[in-house]
Amino acid sequence: MTKPSYVYVTYIQTTAERVWRAIVDPDVTRTYWMGPNANVPAHVNVSDWKPGSRWEHQRADDTRAVDIAGTVVESTPPRRLVISWARPADVADTSKHSRVTFDIDAISDALVRLTVTHEGLEQDEKMLQGISSGWPMVLSNLKTMLETGRALPRVAVEAAETAKA
Amino acid sequence: MKPDLDGVFKALADPTRRRLLDQLHRENGQTLTALCAHMDMTRQAVTQHLQILVDANLIAVVWQGREKLHYLNPVPLYEIQDRWINKFERSRLAALRDLKRKLEGDDHDKT
Repeated sequence: MTKPSYVYVTYIQTTAERVWRAIVDPDVTRTYWMGPNANVPAHVNVSDWKPGSRWEHQRADDTRAVDIAGTVVESTPPRRLVISWARPADVADTSKHSRVTFDIDAISDALVRLTVTHEGLEQDEKMLQGISSGWPMVLSNLKTMLETGRALPRVAVEAAETAKA
Repeated sequence: MKPDLDGVFKALADPTRRRLLDQLHRENGQTLTALCAHMDMTRQAVTQHLQILVDANLIAVVWQGREKLHYLNPVPLYEIQDRWINKFERSRLAALRDLKRKLEGDDHDKT
């Protein structure tokens, strides 16, 4: 067993149910799931979220392009979700899958610790780079959205990108 | 229990703790022993600095078997960015930073 590539933690003043829905419900996800690349639209996660089912990370625009896909490994709402993670072309080849675990721990009635663990990325340098800037931004946006009811305005995301380029 | 941004700023205010974060940026998921190898101080002192970083949620700890692994958790840094940087004139800041780099040379912090 190799060690995780990344472990991300955020504390959010909300309930476990709302965090779960923010991950699996496209109507919520499209409001905050922006990656570091401002040219790419928000993404949603589409699946019936049953173990063994396919899930797709789709662009939330008319193209519905699938950028990441995989299999639901474990689904225990609203506590724990485990999915495999691959480029659409590699979905048939499980040796090229990495694995993402969402652990949603209710610390109290109104405080949740969300831990995202990404394992098995070592052999994929390009994915590793995208992931390492992507998750912190997504989780920070998720926290802002759930605590304030608003997502990060798109213009702020673009400004951040301009500044980074 | 809930880390706040005060704790993040305090944790970042110390050069030793910033060095520990740099170590984890170079190689994520290190044990205390591995981190100590790079630090010129006692194990106890490193442990105390790590605890402050964990309390600030800048480091996440994962147990793997009997090994306690430390991971850089940059999520609070993005929260600072949202709260303190994005609301200012981001593009002007970028222009200033580029000018500074051009004048001083870009010998560190290549991103």
